[in-house]
Amino acid sequence: MILVALSCALFGIGLFGVLARRDIVAILASIEVMLGGPLLLLIGLGSTARAAAANAAAASGQAATVEGAALLVIVVAAAEASVGLALLVTVARRSHTTTLEDLSEVRG
Amino acid sequence: MAWMLNAAWIAVAVPFALALIVVAIGAFSRPLSAVVAAMGPTLVIALGVAALRVVSVTGAPVRPWTSSLAAHGSADWFAAGGRAIEIGWAVDSLSAMMLLVVGVVALMVMVFSAGYMRGDPGWSRYFALLSAFTGSMALLVIGDSFISLFIGWELVGACSYLLIGFWYEKPSAAQAAVKAFLTTRIGDVGLLLGIVLLGTATGSLSYAGVIGNLGVMSSSAITLAAVLLAAGAIGKSAQFPLHIWLPDAMEGPTPVSALIHAATMVAAGVYLVVRVWPIFEAAPVARTVLLSVGVVSALGAALIALTQRDIKRVLAYSTISQLGFMFAALGVGAWNVAFFHLVTHAAFKALLFLAAGSVIHGSGTQDLREMGGLRTSMPVTFGAWLVGAGALIGLPPLAGFMSKDAVLDAVWIHNPVAGIALFAATALTGFYTVRTTKLAFFGGSRGERHVHESPLSMLIPIVILAVPAGALGLASSSVAEKLGQHPVGLSVPVSGIAALLALAGGMIGWSDALQDRRGVAPSGTAGRVWGLIRTGFGYDAAIEKLVVAPTVAACRATWAIVDRFVIDGAVEGSGLATKWLGGLVSRAQSGDGQGYAAFTALGMVVLLATLVLVGRWVG
Repeated sequence: MILVALSCALFGIGLFGVLARRDIVAILASIEVMLGGPLLLLIGLGSTARAAAANAAAASGQAATVEGAALLVIVVAAAEASVGLALLVTVARRSHTTTLEDLSEVRG
Repeated sequence: MAWMLNAAWIAVAVPFALALIVVAIGAFSRPLSAVVAAMGPTLVIALGVAALRVVSVTGAPVRPWTSSLAAHGSADWFAAGGRAIEIGWAVDSLSAMMLLVVGVVALMVMVFSAGYMRGDPGWSRYFALLSAFTGSMALLVIGDSFISLFIGWELVGACSYLLIGFWYEKPSAAQAAVKAFLTTRIGDVGLLLGIVLLGTATGSLSYAGVIGNLGVMSSSAITLAAVLLAAGAIGKSAQFPLHIWLPDAMEGPTPVSALIHAATMVAAGVYLVVRVWPIFEAAPVARTVLLSVGVVSALGAALIALTQRDIKRVLAYSTISQLGFMFAALGVGAWNVAFFHLVTHAAFKALLFLAAGSVIHGSGTQDLREMGGLRTSMPVTFGAWLVGAGALIGLPPLAGFMSKDAVLDAVWIHNPVAGIALFAATALTGFYTVRTTKLAFFGGSRGERHVHESPLSMLIPIVILAVPAGALGLASSSVAEKLGQHPVGLSVPVSGIAALLALAGGMIGWSDALQDRRGVAPSGTAGRVWGLIRTGFGYDAAIEKLVVAPTVAACRATWAIVDRFVIDGAVEGSGLATKWLGGLVSRAQSGDGQGYAAFTALGMVVLLATLVLVGRWVG
């Protein structure tokens, strides 16, 4: 239960950062924090499954599925960070700012 | 020549093909394109000659044909409403003679044009149109059904439109072209209605089918159909009250006026009535219409021709007047006399128009008041003009004498009142012809330009045309025989009186009193009457006020209400509504990235909440 609360808190903090911070670097960092929430939950669920199971074979199968998903989240986070940072560099070179509010050219 | 009769349709197809070739090669060689164009009329002449040699009037020909058929054929065109529409051709003595008239005049006009149109930038367009006109006219003449006739009828109208507006950069020419097209269209609507009426009543559209089944129609239906056909003829032949387009059509090149607006196309109305004569024979009311229209046109147009200052407009009104003679002859049932006058008129009026073209070419003006004394500087043109003018007046033994006196004789016997009116028109013909001749060719020169005789290519056709204009009168009895009619001898009192009246009119025309030269124009009340007649009795102005102005006003009102308000309102209104809605929605596109993120998060929450709640309710 603590695990779920902790991961929800991590996700919430990250979301707050995305919505509240003005600097794009900080927003990207906050997205990483958001991703940390589900990651923590997945890993926690994996070890819980291992500990709670009577049948060792079934437990290790469930845990492997959940931990594989966690690994996928890490890969996605890394990829997202690299793409996001590359975009950030390009934007910063072009418009000499890293503040999201200044980048509102596509207003309708 | 038999192969030609087996494929009579080439007289239509070849000129159209030649028109395309002329357009294609016109850019490379001007003389060659003129020669190519001239091959069309040559073919038409050849077909006419070949057909005239084989037609026979012995035995009773099947009506409406005037003789045995030299060529006949047809092909299925399309089927509509379970009825096959055929397009076909038939050449009898009447259409063979008409083909000869069309071919000869077209050929002469093309040769003449080679000189007259020299250096014109529209050269190949001009010859292509002349060639297309020849093909259209051939289609009108050899068609064996109302369908073929109507197609040819509209095609010659279109060619006429294009050639009147040949110098389209001139606003007056463009306007004249539209006026001619619209005015003849009024008659054409009548013609089309008449054809539809005949077609639905008799179940056929071929001449033979319609006329063979005339018995199934009530006499009032026949009368209505004949009057509608007559309306088409009146429009095409520029008779009162649809005559106003012809004088304006003089805006076209003069050789075109000779071919289309004197010799062939305007005669198509007379040809139509002669072609379907049995219908008119069964409709006395329609004949009365033809007679009254013809007499009014003959007399009125001759009167207007007295006062004109433009040599071409004199000839245009003269054409209306002479066509009026033909209509009057049709009205009293003398259709072969009317057709004979058509043939001779084609010869001498084409001659007069070409001579007028030569005069215009040599003196550089169309205004009679600026001419004068041309008989010494343009002797060949003068000689040819004298032959044509003599034929028009009706001096014996020139062509017009024989044919016009035959018309007068026929009308006089049938209806003395109409006869007297035509005698008066004859006197007026002498008057205006002599007046024009004197103004143009006699006296001292009043123009400032150096006058020169025209080149050979223009003189040769004029001289050639002078031969039929002089001698065609001798063919009077053979034309009647070819048409299967008994030749009628000249009535000595009628022709004597007509010749005397024409001479008397000519003498008045020779006098200076009504010359309308500068300084000698009539003044006072006489001058006012003179001016009224010169504007065609104010008919044009009346049409302008009574027909054109209300039509334009109605169009403007429609434009203002229906077009500007209803249609534009619907189009612009729907556009504005879309734009307003778009503006409303586009506010969400704020450009604020964190706003989007907040909405996304909110959306997720809403979705999740919905899933949870719905899941609970459904589950």
